[in-house]
Amino acid sequence: MTVPRVYKTTGIVLHQRRLGEADKIVTILTPNLGKLDAVAKGVRRPRSKLAGHVEPLTYTSFMLARGRELDIVTQAQMLEVFPSLREDLERTGRALYAAELVERFTPERQESYPVFRLLLETLRRLATEARLDMTVRFFEMRLLGHLGYQPQTEECVLCGASLKPVTNGWSAEAGGVLCPACAARAPMSRPLSVNALKVMRLLQKGSFAEVMRVRTAPDLESEIERHLREYVLYVLERDVRSARFIETLRRTPGTSAPRPA
Amino acid sequence: MTQTTAALPVSRLIEAFNKLPGIGPKSAQRLTYYLLRAPSDEARALAEAILEVKEKIVLCSTCQNITDSDPCAICRDDQRDRSKICVVEEPLDILALERTGSYKGLYHVLHGVISPMDGIGPDELKVRELLTRLKSPADVREVIMATNPNLEGEATAMYLTRLIAPLGIRMTRLARGLPVGADLEYADDVTLTRALEGRQEV
Repeated sequence: MTVPRVYKTTGIVLHQRRLGEADKIVTILTPNLGKLDAVAKGVRRPRSKLAGHVEPLTYTSFMLARGRELDIVTQAQMLEVFPSLREDLERTGRALYAAELVERFTPERQESYPVFRLLLETLRRLATEARLDMTVRFFEMRLLGHLGYQPQTEECVLCGASLKPVTNGWSAEAGGVLCPACAARAPMSRPLSVNALKVMRLLQKGSFAEVMRVRTAPDLESEIERHLREYVLYVLERDVRSARFIETLRRTPGTSAPRPA
Repeated sequence: MTQTTAALPVSRLIEAFNKLPGIGPKSAQRLTYYLLRAPSDEARALAEAILEVKEKIVLCSTCQNITDSDPCAICRDDQRDRSKICVVEEPLDILALERTGSYKGLYHVLHGVISPMDGIGPDELKVRELLTRLKSPADVREVIMATNPNLEGEATAMYLTRLIAPLGIRMTRLARGLPVGADLEYADDVTLTRALEGRQEV
């Protein structure tokens, strides 16, 4: 009896699924209640007053009513929309990837304010930054940290030896960087360049502004992307579907550079 | 559902109805008992109509719409403007556009929409078929993107624009704005912005 029937929260809409004829289930990441599903009724009708406010990748203020199984969105008012995330395909693809990672990694209704803040900041950055891929790398590394999967980059995960500025090994299975000796014995290990290790450490410990100040060549960026992708897949034990769309965009001729926001 | 009391054919039919979208256990029972009392002609006509839909309906090899004759009635109609192709997500969208009576061009059905998080990319849609159509000397001058004005529909429109614009074909998008009968105070910021941008002389 003490639980109120309606409650307010803000949240980022991560995903929508169709429900019945005109409804949708929206998955929302809230600052204090964690990730939750709610039914948005009638949002597939053109005159719906909710539809625009519960679109994926918007930051919205919600009024929810407790339902028997799922809570129901009774009111919604968008707080931040990020128009460039809708108008530039490169930005859309990366923002959806970030939202998908959060959706896959977070349990239902378990508060995780740091993840919420990270995602909101990442959407803001993806809406304005020119270096979209490094923005996503920063997001991936910080997300792993918040969720307790921080890769070890200070010393060899296996023998604890301090790492030298040579080509070391990277193993998702082991949980981070391996010294050359251990890497030679680990079957799943991949070579990790000196520069990639430096950037990895900066992604973990540096501020976003510091990361953006570092110049990275395209092949260094793709090396880091490969390593982090492998790590994320290993932890998730599932494919991240949106990653395939980013690959499709890279293969498709057209404007490869993101448009300025 | 208490089907233990019903005869086996009856409970089978109830279950079959129950699988249909928008039909719950109670409606399924009501439909079943209606058919039990209905004349057998009516039941046979329904059964035949269902079978015919499954056996005779194919996708139009040109526009990918569902049809009982290939090419479909719209693609065959020589009164229609062949220089325009309107790209829609689902066959039902064609019905909605045809109801307006104000579009006389051709269509192309994608059978879905790009949805990266659900693993649906261009390869899962009828995108290749559209490009083939545009590259053949059919004299298409305009492609109208009529995907839904939500994130996935917009992403699909942007992706197709990227593919088609280099072919030198004019790409247009259905206008986004306020629906007839709507209330300004409930409109979201994106819709209002678009409505302002697309305002017209009165």
